[in-house]
Amino acid sequence: MSENHTSNSEESFYKSKKGLASWIFTLDHKRIALLYLYSIAIFFLVGMTLGFIMRLELFAPGGQLMNPRTYNQMFTFHGVIMIFLVIIPSIPAVFGNFMLPIMLGTDDVALPKLNLFSWWLYVIGAVMALSTLVWGNGPADTGWTFYAPYSVTSDTDVSMLLLAAFVLGFSSILTGLNFIVTIHRLRAPGMGWFKMPLFAWGLYATAWIQLLATPIVGITLLMVVVERSFGIGLFNPALGGDPILYQHLFWIYSHPVVYVMILPAMGIISEIIPTSAQRTIFGYKAIALSSMAIAFLGYFVWGHHMFTTGMSGEAAIVFSFVTFLVAIPTAIKVFNWIATLYKGSIHITPNLLWSVAFVFNFLIGGLTGLINGALATDVHIHDTTYIVAHFHYTMFGGTIFVFFGALHYWFPKIWGRMYNTKLAYWALGLVFFGFNVMYGAMLVVGIQGMPRRYFDYLPEFEHLNKISTVGSWFLVFGILLMIFNLVRSARKGKKAPRNPWNGVTLEWQVPSPPPLHNFDHAPILSEKGPYDFSILGEINKYETTKIDK
Amino acid sequence: MFSNASNFTNDVDLTFAIIIGISLFFLIGLTFLMIYFMIKYNHKKNPVATDIPGHMGLEILWTVIPTILVLVMFYYGWAGYTKMRTAPKDAIQIKATGRMWSWTFEYENGRVTDTLVIPLNKAVKLNLFSNDVIHSLYIPAFRVKEDLVPGDSNWMWFIGQQIGSYNILCAEYCGDRHSYMISKVDVLFPEEYEKWYKSTPKKALYGADAGQNLLKSNGCFGCHSVDGKVIAAPSFKGIMTRISEVKTDKGEEAFIKVDNAYIIRSIEDPNKEVVEGFGKIMPANNNLTEKELEQIIDYLKTLK
Repeated sequence: MSENHTSNSEESFYKSKKGLASWIFTLDHKRIALLYLYSIAIFFLVGMTLGFIMRLELFAPGGQLMNPRTYNQMFTFHGVIMIFLVIIPSIPAVFGNFMLPIMLGTDDVALPKLNLFSWWLYVIGAVMALSTLVWGNGPADTGWTFYAPYSVTSDTDVSMLLLAAFVLGFSSILTGLNFIVTIHRLRAPGMGWFKMPLFAWGLYATAWIQLLATPIVGITLLMVVVERSFGIGLFNPALGGDPILYQHLFWIYSHPVVYVMILPAMGIISEIIPTSAQRTIFGYKAIALSSMAIAFLGYFVWGHHMFTTGMSGEAAIVFSFVTFLVAIPTAIKVFNWIATLYKGSIHITPNLLWSVAFVFNFLIGGLTGLINGALATDVHIHDTTYIVAHFHYTMFGGTIFVFFGALHYWFPKIWGRMYNTKLAYWALGLVFFGFNVMYGAMLVVGIQGMPRRYFDYLPEFEHLNKISTVGSWFLVFGILLMIFNLVRSARKGKKAPRNPWNGVTLEWQVPSPPPLHNFDHAPILSEKGPYDFSILGEINKYETTKIDK
Repeated sequence: MFSNASNFTNDVDLTFAIIIGISLFFLIGLTFLMIYFMIKYNHKKNPVATDIPGHMGLEILWTVIPTILVLVMFYYGWAGYTKMRTAPKDAIQIKATGRMWSWTFEYENGRVTDTLVIPLNKAVKLNLFSNDVIHSLYIPAFRVKEDLVPGDSNWMWFIGQQIGSYNILCAEYCGDRHSYMISKVDVLFPEEYEKWYKSTPKKALYGADAGQNLLKSNGCFGCHSVDGKVIAAPSFKGIMTRISEVKTDKGEEAFIKVDNAYIIRSIEDPNKEVVEGFGKIMPANNNLTEKELEQIIDYLKTLK
């Protein structure tokens, strides 16, 4: 744990109380954020290991390390862990919890007890999911999408995993609810809606999706459990059910939820870029409102996951059209970010380069999405590794890259220490290179016609699969290097000042790490919005840590 | 790309080319711009930033241009897709059935095969059915794919425009042997096709050969090997002299000497007595005549 280096009388939140109970029963938003961070980090490593082993299996055609059943269970568990235990909670539950109250100028979220309860639900859900590894008929082999009727008839332990996802859904709903109330009720005096930092806007749009869409998937997954347990025909045609109904219900949630995964990331980019460029964000309102537009339009595109199910041509055309509309607010964001670099005074930092790497990956993720949206091309690449790669370009190259970038951006604030910049660049370079080799090859082999969820493949797909696997080695090595650097620096790094990047949002006005109640002086707000760098001097007056450069 | 193997390849590949072309332009252009800005406006060269809160003209410009571009892409995608969903009335009708983990194709004259055989330059309509879970019939070379949904019917159509043999893959995850659910579509000259269509396969004439043919066309070899290897079910090798430990649908365990009656029970009601160590995954088949069952058993007896 970090020591308190400020001359301020108030201690850092690490020191306010001690012992395990002071952590797992804490009501402090910062401690809850760290509880989430450490749990998510563990599950990320588990999911990453599974992915790494799957890529090894695919290094050559034929079985290498395991039988098909084990492989199928691995990609199912990889998907469930990465979606429900890592990406959905990642940015909101860690950086949202830690930073949102501080960025709004308050001392905690609106409902601290509910916040702690969300984390406990997360832990219960995680334990339920993990229990399928030890008890029952073996972990599910259905894929994270749990398509019926396979999920109804599979003899693996599908029900427990579904119940786990159900519980995790509640954790997500409650976090969303908490953020909505916090943003509505706890903004600092003088902070109007359009004076909020854009990260808060991203979280706000996200929270509404979590609140409105998650209950649908909760009920849907429960319906599969009911069908498996009591033989009530809902989705299995052998019992009079309809498998297509399952897909509609599933994607009504699961498409909007990809925006749950990406919108908070876009919010963080809108923080890092102005700070790095030392100038106000270009098109504040366009970025804020495009988040809401994406959240809204995202509800009406779920059918594009189902173009080959025999849905009516008219429905397919409408879904394709609305899918293309989502591209527009997304493009607006990218243009505004790049315009923010124009005539800035740019400081190259690891957190800026993670952000630029994000924009590059996310451009590929978004642009490859156009091929999914166009009907004729979707038919060809649907259910191929192209889709897997596209999804990872947005979720991994997108959200997780921003998560890593945010770790580097807010690291000094959270742990009160600086990290080794050189190692950070090396790690970023390896991750960026490995990521693009791995998933770039999967994009191409998908267009060549290799279906997804393939344990084995035809000889013509071998070259690209080999390249992809080699990419995964660089990727994993880079991630481990990054974790090594950050973990070591959290304990041994140089002491960090309040405002190492010269940011102007409120989190840079509190000590690093912040005290229990966050602010040691009244937050300074500019009349001109959250990214007014003319108040930087006034903010840095409060600097109490000596910086040795 | 642009292989012209089916009547859809050109439209689909053109749509690919348009979207990938526009995408590359933006990817390269925007990436270059980011790097250029980071160098040109580095704080060492440009110590004081200029605050520009926004520009309405630019916001409108970069809303309108993407809108036009995505509408173009939408149009090409829609035009290509509409053709895929309007089958000509005179198309050859073939019933395609998917099951874990094999394909069967049934022609109008009752002929059943495990590979699809079609004539060159003739429209073919596949009526798609599934016996168990969702599968998806995917012919990458033809750029077509449609799901086979149990309890529901779906269809697809295409014209094979080049002589050759192309892969049929399953694109929707369907369990252990998903990646082995592979077949072929053979495009033949019309005369050859006619000859093939009208001939009865020689091997189907009598006895054990007919049995082997039945097992093949029903997709049994997808799970049951003939060389003793365990794929997803007990091998056929030596099956007629085997004593198997089975679990009944009531959960009891029993030893069964495999005989004609057990083989027939296993085909018509496979979940009743499942060999220990295997799952309840085999679909029931009640469409075989008594004679056909006999032929199958004759064939199994040859596998010692």
